[in-house]
Amino acid sequence: MTTTAVQTLDAPRLRADFPIFEQRFHGKPLAFLDSAASAQKPRAVIDAMSTFYETSYANVHRGVYQLAEMATEALEGSRETVRGLLNAPSAREVIFVRNATEGINLVAYAWGLSNLGPGDLVVATELEHHSNFVPWQYIAGRTGAGFRLLPVDDEGELQLNALDAVAAGGTVKVVAAGVVSNSLGTINPVERLAAWAHERGAIMVADAAQAAPHRRVDVQALGADFVAISAHKMCGPSGVGALWGRAELLERMEPFLLGGHMIRAVGDERTTWGELPHKFEAGTAPMAEAVGFAAAVDYLHGVGFDAIERHEHELTAYALGRLAELPWVTAYGPPADRRAGIVSFNVDGVHPHDVAQILDFDGVAIRAGHHCCQPLMRRLGVTATNRASFYLYTVREEIDRLVEGLHKARKVLA
Amino acid sequence: MSEFEQLYREVILDHYKSPRNFGLLDPSDATAEGQNPLCGDEVTVTVRFGEGDVIEAVGFEGRGCAISQAATSMLTDLVKGRPAGEVAVMPKEELLEEIGIPLTPVRLKCALLGLGVLKVALHRAKGTPLPGEWGTATGEISLS
Repeated sequence: MTTTAVQTLDAPRLRADFPIFEQRFHGKPLAFLDSAASAQKPRAVIDAMSTFYETSYANVHRGVYQLAEMATEALEGSRETVRGLLNAPSAREVIFVRNATEGINLVAYAWGLSNLGPGDLVVATELEHHSNFVPWQYIAGRTGAGFRLLPVDDEGELQLNALDAVAAGGTVKVVAAGVVSNSLGTINPVERLAAWAHERGAIMVADAAQAAPHRRVDVQALGADFVAISAHKMCGPSGVGALWGRAELLERMEPFLLGGHMIRAVGDERTTWGELPHKFEAGTAPMAEAVGFAAAVDYLHGVGFDAIERHEHELTAYALGRLAELPWVTAYGPPADRRAGIVSFNVDGVHPHDVAQILDFDGVAIRAGHHCCQPLMRRLGVTATNRASFYLYTVREEIDRLVEGLHKARKVLA
Repeated sequence: MSEFEQLYREVILDHYKSPRNFGLLDPSDATAEGQNPLCGDEVTVTVRFGEGDVIEAVGFEGRGCAISQAATSMLTDLVKGRPAGEVAVMPKEELLEEIGIPLTPVRLKCALLGLGVLKVALHRAKGTPLPGEWGTATGEISLS
C-alpha cells in the first residue's frame, strides 16, 4: 500500500507573497474575507504581467518579426497552461474570454440561438449565479424555449430527485449549473447532472468560476460539454477567463463575436471562420492578462490544489463552529464537508450592509448583498446575506476578528 | 469621533430603532414603493394631503440597512406640513445635511432611497416634476 503525504500550506507565509497585505485599512491590517468575489494577486502574477509588457509585448499572430513571435508564444503558452489546469484534451478547445460570464454568454448565444426552440427546455438551478442564469433565461425567452429551475433544499443543496419533474413535458436541451455555489459554497454533483443531461441528449454547461480557485476542475471527469472559469477569482488578473468546450460542438457552432482574427477569408459577400480556438476570439486578445492567468495557475499548482482545498475546509469548519456559538446568527448552506470556503449568514436584526460597514472599520472585508443570486435569496426568504469567504492566504485570526466585529454590530444595531 | 461613531451616531441609531411616522396611512392620497437593488433596501411611502397640496401626514414602511431606514424616518419629519411642490424640488443636500454623516457613494444610495420614493409618490398624485438630477438616481433605484 502506498500512502501519499497530505499536502498542507502555510498561510501566514503565503501572505507575504501578496503585496496588498502590506497595506492597512482604517489603521488595521487587512482581514480580506471576500475572495469569492475576487481573489488578491501574488507578486508572481503582477511581475509576470510587468515582465511581459517590458520584454515581450507586441500584437500576437501574423506578425513576422521576432517580438510578435515572442508575444504569440506567451499567449499560446498560457493557453497550454490553462488546458493543463482543466485537463482539457486539446488546447484548441480552450477559448480566452473576458470572464466566465462572457464564456457562458458565448454558449448561450452561439449554441442556444441555433439549437433552442419551442418545446425545448433549459434547466438551471436555484443556486445559480446570475452569470449562468440570466443568459439562459434570456436566450430561452428569445427562442421560445422553456426555462426551469432545479430547486434546492433548505441547506442549499440541489434536489436531484426533482430533476425528472422539472423536465416534465419538454425536451431538455441545456442543463446549466455551477460547480460550486458562490453564495453558499455548496459543491454540486455536476457529474451526475451531466449524466442526466446526456441521457436526454442535452448539453451540460458548468460554471466553474467559484470551483476553479479551490479544487481541481477536470473537464473530462466532470463530463460537462462547456466549462467556464474566471482568472480573477484564482489569483489571476481581471479581464480574462477561459471557456472550455468540446471541439465537435465548438466546430458546429456559429461564431459569437465577429471581426478581426476570427476569420479564414473575408469576401465582399460572405466570410468564412477561422479554426478553433480563433473562431471565437475576435479582436486583439487579452495578452498580458492571459500571461498573468498562466502565472496564477502556476502559483496555485505550486501551493497545491489539495492543500488549498484542505486549508479552506478547515477554515470553513472553524468559521461555522464560531458562528454556531452565536445564537443570534443564522448560517446558510450545507455542512463544512460539502462546501468550499464560503460562509453566508445573517445577524438577527442587523442588515448585512450595516454588518459589513461596521466590520470595515476594523479592517475586516466581507461582502453583503444578494451575491448575484437573487433567485436563491428569495428561496432562503432573505433580501441579502453577509458572506465571508476564505482562500489560501486566510488565517484563523481573521475569522476571530470577524466574530468580534459581529458582536460589535449586534451591540450597536440590534 | 471615530468614523464608526460618526456613521452610526446616536441620532441615526435612534431613528433606526424607533422610526418616526412608521406604518402606512390608510386611506392615503399618494403612494410609491422602491428598492435599492444593490443591497435589497425596500421602502414604501404613503402621503395624505391637507389643504391644497400640503403634506398633512406621511407614513412609511420598509426594511433594509440602518442608513436607509433612518434616513427615511428623518425625511418624514422633514416634509410634514410642507407643500408637495416644494418637497418635489427639495435638493437632496437638505436631507443629507439633516442626516449629517459622511456617506460613501454606495451608502448615499441607501440614504436617498426614501426621498426618491417620496418624490415619485408626489409626482403620481400631484404631477410634480421629477427633477432632472434624479434621472440617474431613479435609474439605480428601481421604483414601482
